[in-house]
Amino acid sequence: MRHDRVLATAALTAIAALALPLGDTGSWQDHPPELALWSAMIAIALFSFFRPAAMAMMAGLCLVGALAGAVALYLLLQDGARGDAAIGLWIGLIGLAALVWRALERGAALGAETRSTPVNLAVPAAFGIWLLYLWQMLTIGFGVPSVLLPPPTQIATSLAASAHVLGEDFVQTFVKSMIPGYVIGCGAGFLVGVLIDRVPFLQRGLLPVGNLVSALPIVGIAPIMVMWFGFDWQSKAAVVVVMTFFPMLVNTIAGLGALSRMEGDLMRTYAASYGQTLRLARLPAALPFIFNALKLNSTLALIGAIVAEFFGTPIVGLGFRISTSVGRMDIALVWATITVAALTGSAAYGAIALLERSLTFWHPSFRRV
Amino acid sequence: MTTSEPVVGGAMPLRMVARGLSQGSTLPVLTIVAALLVIWYGAAVWLNAPGAIDRFERAHRTAWTFGDLVADTMMQDRPVLPAPHQVLVELNKTIFQVSPSSRRSLVYHGWVTLSAALLGFAFGTLLGIVLATGIVHVPTLERSLLPWIIASQTIPILAIAPMIIVVLGSIGFVGTVPKAIISAYLCFFPVTIGMVKGLTSPEPLHLDLVRTYNATAAQIFWKLRWPSAIVFLFASLKVAIALAIVGAIVGELPTGAQAGLGARLLTGSYYGQTVQIWAALIVAAITAALCVAAVGLVERLTLRHMGGRP
Amino acid sequence: MIDIAGEKKAAGAAKAAGAVPPPVVEVDRLNLVFDTPDAPVYALSDVNLTVHKGDFVSLIGPSGCGKTTLLRVIADLQKATGGSVRVNGATPEEARAARAYGYVFQAPALYAWRSVMRNVTLPLEIMGLPKGEQRERAQRVLDLVNLKGFERKFPWQLSGGMQQRVSIARALSFDPALLLMDEPFGALDEIIRDHLNEQLLRLWERTGKTVIFVTHSIPEAVFLSTRIVVMSPRPGRIIDVIESDLPAHRTLDIRESQRFAEIAHRVRLGLKAGRSYDDE
Repeated sequence: MRHDRVLATAALTAIAALALPLGDTGSWQDHPPELALWSAMIAIALFSFFRPAAMAMMAGLCLVGALAGAVALYLLLQDGARGDAAIGLWIGLIGLAALVWRALERGAALGAETRSTPVNLAVPAAFGIWLLYLWQMLTIGFGVPSVLLPPPTQIATSLAASAHVLGEDFVQTFVKSMIPGYVIGCGAGFLVGVLIDRVPFLQRGLLPVGNLVSALPIVGIAPIMVMWFGFDWQSKAAVVVVMTFFPMLVNTIAGLGALSRMEGDLMRTYAASYGQTLRLARLPAALPFIFNALKLNSTLALIGAIVAEFFGTPIVGLGFRISTSVGRMDIALVWATITVAALTGSAAYGAIALLERSLTFWHPSFRRV
Repeated sequence: MTTSEPVVGGAMPLRMVARGLSQGSTLPVLTIVAALLVIWYGAAVWLNAPGAIDRFERAHRTAWTFGDLVADTMMQDRPVLPAPHQVLVELNKTIFQVSPSSRRSLVYHGWVTLSAALLGFAFGTLLGIVLATGIVHVPTLERSLLPWIIASQTIPILAIAPMIIVVLGSIGFVGTVPKAIISAYLCFFPVTIGMVKGLTSPEPLHLDLVRTYNATAAQIFWKLRWPSAIVFLFASLKVAIALAIVGAIVGELPTGAQAGLGARLLTGSYYGQTVQIWAALIVAAITAALCVAAVGLVERLTLRHMGGRP
Repeated sequence: MIDIAGEKKAAGAAKAAGAVPPPVVEVDRLNLVFDTPDAPVYALSDVNLTVHKGDFVSLIGPSGCGKTTLLRVIADLQKATGGSVRVNGATPEEARAARAYGYVFQAPALYAWRSVMRNVTLPLEIMGLPKGEQRERAQRVLDLVNLKGFERKFPWQLSGGMQQRVSIARALSFDPALLLMDEPFGALDEIIRDHLNEQLLRLWERTGKTVIFVTHSIPEAVFLSTRIVVMSPRPGRIIDVIESDLPAHRTLDIRESQRFAEIAHRVRLGLKAGRSYDDE
């Protein structure tokens, strides 16, 4: 790592930035605190370049340096440095990006070697924060109209301001539409899969049909569901049921066939009944497939519940909020709603993944050798 | 495990054909489809009956039989559930009896949607392959970017569709491109994940072998990783093309687009034209099925050319 | 209850009286034909074999000679097309229903989601034994295969040899009089295999069970068995049956003895006669 080009780029561009104008807000000398932070970053970059350290140390150093630089640039932005005139800011941002890259790269290497969960979570988290930071800098720095792409701070404000409304939307979409639909759809898919387990004829017929239906634009049935079940949550739940049924059915059938022949023969040598074989051997072996479907269905269910609301809903619901906010060009609220939806989706997926880990800990994909 | 029957000279060919059909997939699938049709007809009668009875009463018609009821449910103008033949009639009317360039033709609307979907499919696939290649060759990307790509799927992408359409519309992008962007966003994920899996699928043994030949990363990519990934790529492409069509349809919803299958769904639902809705849905389904089948065909030809198992 | 002392006494008394122990498995003119698109495959052709109580019989031959097929027919995992098989005087189906045998496969076939203890109690659960007795029996057989202390481990935490030992313990847990073993040590390296061969022999001596053992290793067959059945392919048939006069109690050193080499030589002659060394 003697000639770390990334660190060299970081240091050189950061130094160059010092000599460049910052637009309306003057120059670096007018902003002592930012200058101090920026110099700290340059110092760390140079130090790491000339004295490369061990992984953890490097990752930590680069992280600290990047933080200092990020704060400096942000403060400059707040003070009015923006647009094409603030060349210093943008060159500085490039230098900062290089340093961030080195920090992430060292962090990734550290995580790979130590297999430490906190590190492996910190790296993507840091990357996410970096993306948010870039988003903020670029939208404000180049004066992107907020109807096009609002900066994260504006979205956060909108989120806080509309928390109550969004909470009600959340209840309508997630609690009343998505959950009943998910439970019924997955449950029915699983039951039908088990019931037709003994009828290979039906399996051979339903598997292709199920695969085909899974590929179809199911959301299109939303207007029909509205016609049958009315505007309220029932029609949305119905859409979710249809969307989640087939992936679950297909995966249940596949899972029930997953037990290897040898393990099946083992049960035969014990003269085990069909029910015993199903309960003790085939269902546990099917769990990985079933969880695959449960995870997939959690995303499908959320999409279904929200998009179904585009077709008509009482004046509440995440989909409703999105479509009306779009109509009023309140894009910040749209993003705030999407944030709520994204957090909901991630939490649901994460919960299922945790359950999967505890129930299928034995599967090769989970074993930490 | 059961043994086959001993070979009997001149076995009855009909019985063997029947056995072949029933042990394959054709007969079971046909049976299921037939069963679905029967259920559909039954449901149509059941769901349209209240409307039919309503009409009888308003016409002061008291002497109607069950046969009359069934007949009426099969020909209502705005049925709750159109009967299969009604949908077929509508399909015939809007596909074969109308010029394909007319605005009443489902072929026209289907093409509007499909063109956006295909464009998005192309972009999304390209993006997915590029991302996957980057992730496989740059460990930093794998650890920092891949988790976010996976997390992005928990965001209901389709929910952003209205915003993308409107926002792009406000800066002058209308028509096919915004829908294509939505389709591309939906497509890139399965392609990325599938390609990452595929590009990393070569066994360690094979990788060691090419390293003993002192192959460069590019050589390893083109000679080993890419061929191994083809199978995974096609599996992802089948999922992606279906998603692209969904994306294009949903992209037509927000602004009350005038053309496209999604638009037809929307107008049908606004004006209570159930038969129109069903016809549009069927066309969407057929389009999706045909596209997936087309990808499957390309897959089979490619794999055969590469010497894969038939 | 594994009555080791009692069974040994009975077997010993029978031998002393010069009586032939009762037949456990009787195979009479067994045929098994597969229908394939090319031509019918005669997996087993006119196979006759009798296995007596307390025997250790090895079936040896190249791939495709029918040795595994024969074992599976005896276990009622496959049906013959001609001839008869009797296990303890009953059909294979009845014997399977009565859980008359324990089967050990080529791979451990342990359930990854169950601990070692719960893998061993699996057959006992199916047979409906009370929990306390399940645990007691499982503990005893795990001691027998020298795996005491590993009860709470999971299969993937054990080496291949240990997993196979668990598989053997599981087959012993419900104390069947007959053990059917299909190349159980085939996937292990030779050093572990030797070790396990010795352990298996000690186990057989202690428990007095009847064992039918499929292998493709000549030294293994000669070392373990009281009788070696040499089979050959196309069609699958028995070429030679060799009664081994090696002493009942053996250690690994016996493999260097003259008599061992002679028996192994006779096995090789049988394999050659059955064209086992020819190219396809």
